[in-house]
Amino acid sequence: MAYLDHAATTPMLDEALEAYVATAREVGNASSLHASGRRARRRVEESRERVAAALGARPSEVIFTGGGTESDNLAVKGIFWARRDADAGRRRVISSAVEHHAVLDAVEWLDRHEGAEVGWLPVDGAGRLHPDALRAELAEHGDRAALVTAMWANNEVGTVQRVGELAAVAAEYDVPFHTDAIQAVGQVPVDFAASGVAALTVTGHKLGGPVGVGALLLGRDVAAVPLLHGGGQERDVRSGTLDAAGIVAFAVAVETTVKGQQEYAAGVAALRDDLVRRVRQAVPEVIFNGDPADRLPGNAHFSFPGCEGDALLLLLDAQGIACSTGSACSAGVAQPSHVLLAMGADDDRARSSLRFSLGHTSTTADVDALIAALPGAVERARRAAAPRTPR
Amino acid sequence: MRVLAAMSGGVDSAVAAARAVQAGHDVTGVHLALARNPQTYRTGARGCCTLEDSRDARRAADVLGIPFYVWDMADRFHADVVDDFVAEYAAGRTPNPCLRCNEKIKFAAVLDRAVALGFDAVVTGHHARLGPDGLLRRSVDAAKDQSYVLAVLTREQLDRSIFPLGDSTKAQVRQEAADRGLAVADKPDSHDICFIADGDTRGFLAQRLGETPGDVVDASTGAVVGQHAGAYAYTVGQRRGLHLDRPAPDGRPRYVLSITPKTNTVTVGPAEALEVTEVTATRPVWTGGPRPDGPIECEVQLRAHGVVVPAAVTVDGDALHADLRHPVRGVAAGQAIVAYRPDPAGDIVLGSATITS
Repeated sequence: MAYLDHAATTPMLDEALEAYVATAREVGNASSLHASGRRARRRVEESRERVAAALGARPSEVIFTGGGTESDNLAVKGIFWARRDADAGRRRVISSAVEHHAVLDAVEWLDRHEGAEVGWLPVDGAGRLHPDALRAELAEHGDRAALVTAMWANNEVGTVQRVGELAAVAAEYDVPFHTDAIQAVGQVPVDFAASGVAALTVTGHKLGGPVGVGALLLGRDVAAVPLLHGGGQERDVRSGTLDAAGIVAFAVAVETTVKGQQEYAAGVAALRDDLVRRVRQAVPEVIFNGDPADRLPGNAHFSFPGCEGDALLLLLDAQGIACSTGSACSAGVAQPSHVLLAMGADDDRARSSLRFSLGHTSTTADVDALIAALPGAVERARRAAAPRTPR
Repeated sequence: MRVLAAMSGGVDSAVAAARAVQAGHDVTGVHLALARNPQTYRTGARGCCTLEDSRDARRAADVLGIPFYVWDMADRFHADVVDDFVAEYAAGRTPNPCLRCNEKIKFAAVLDRAVALGFDAVVTGHHARLGPDGLLRRSVDAAKDQSYVLAVLTREQLDRSIFPLGDSTKAQVRQEAADRGLAVADKPDSHDICFIADGDTRGFLAQRLGETPGDVVDASTGAVVGQHAGAYAYTVGQRRGLHLDRPAPDGRPRYVLSITPKTNTVTVGPAEALEVTEVTATRPVWTGGPRPDGPIECEVQLRAHGVVVPAAVTVDGDALHADLRHPVRGVAAGQAIVAYRPDPAGDIVLGSATITS
């Protein structure tokens, strides 16, 4: 089997898995006052320090959560609520047209249910957000802005945004900037303090940690209203018994991948470039999507003219190749990707897309398997999409 | 063979897929998304169209260990089945949407796509037999037999179809589902029309065709005996819901004899006036052997779950004609006439056509 879907989830690192199992064997609630509790708390706090150190944050800025979707929701809704509560005129949420649904849907929910207004920033044909667009938006609406949220790197087409520049623009207008860095951490250099962002989302299972644990890095002076109320375990911004085993494994994964990021990125990018070159050779009419240079090292995203991505996925799946159409599902029915549409693709091109994402276990054999199966699959998918005479 | 199992989320298609796996086929499950706006978790799902049905189908596929995908056929379904359904009623006919779905969607759009993608056949949970002789026969479970709604399929379509349930009763299918650990074993049967969630066909049509009041006329006297809100809402043979102002002179119940869209008239009369001994139909499909040159003695069925009568059937070009050996009541244009040859191994579908009069 060739697993080319690391952007969906990537195998756990051995050291993270071992750390998980070792911690999970120990009893202890990190909020308890006795010895077992103290031991669990020590593990959690050491992990907090490791995550903070790896990502350029202070330990107190690390809020552990149940993963990326929760972190995104906490940042978008929590910061919006806090800003609106402080100043009823600040109701505008500024976001980009290519966000992941965890941000997109949270923003739309605020629009529908919380009286927010939304400023959607456009992207160019490569999926890139331009600081000028943000500056123009803030020049016009800055006094009403609650927050800006824009991803560090796009999960579908892999384009890496210039988050530092964008955050600097937001800072000019004194508007907090949140970034969803789920795809970025471990793939490209990410430094919370240096980037100037107010909040940053990271999750475990995209970088070799477990599913269901992640963090929101939240600047010490950034207020956020909690989503989850209860014991107030995480700075009173997030409640819930701390998942010591998950947090320990997550911290190990963050530390390991960040430490090895440069070497990893160079290796996987070389493999990815090989994949791209060979896909283009095998299917010359293919369209390579996203920024050709500033992109995630493991991401290759293509449109296959005349094919449906769904059909290609089925055919490749049948040959043991796992990839993704990258599109969101509603009622199990694939919709054309909002990312591709925002980049100016038409419906057909958006529906003809596939994402191949490499990771720490990828090898040349995976690419070989894809290239062996792809031309036949493309031919079949094209035949399946061809209009037929009506009966 | 590489086969595509259409999985509705009901018990029949789940067991059909399971049997295809057991028969050694390389099976891929597909759920057809047919509704444009699937109602989320409608309670008491009946094996089609809802998100819950899609999840039931996926769960069954996972238990069987086969790949599973959702194919969006909503636009095709809407154009070929729902719009056709409304247009047929507007034209004074009584369509059978299940039959149309088989003809245009399951064994056409889906089958074509499957073949293009390299599949050899489509597997469904229909209750009908289709053996190595290529003949379509009634299910052993007479009450669940679906050969009537499959009789529109052409030779080419049948050659790429597999119906693994034809030799089993519904009770056996449910038992097998339970034995295989399929959670849909106890799921209620689907019935009614899948795209009319509340079962109110008249309301569904009224929404799309509007209220068009007109006269209900007595066939023998020509007198106006009542009013209706739209002739399209009536079916030949219908007795209930006529709301007639005046009783018939003889005091006996009256039935809908015909619908005339041109004048928006519903004509009513006594039961015996419904009796028909000749049926003409169009677009014949003949799969139970070579097309007959002359009249052929067989049995015909004129609606789903309707009675079966002996008849002499002639196929001539694009027309089919049947002389019924005894009269039948309530034959509606738009329904199919299906010709069967009685057979101890299951009555054989000879052919079908769409009733015109």
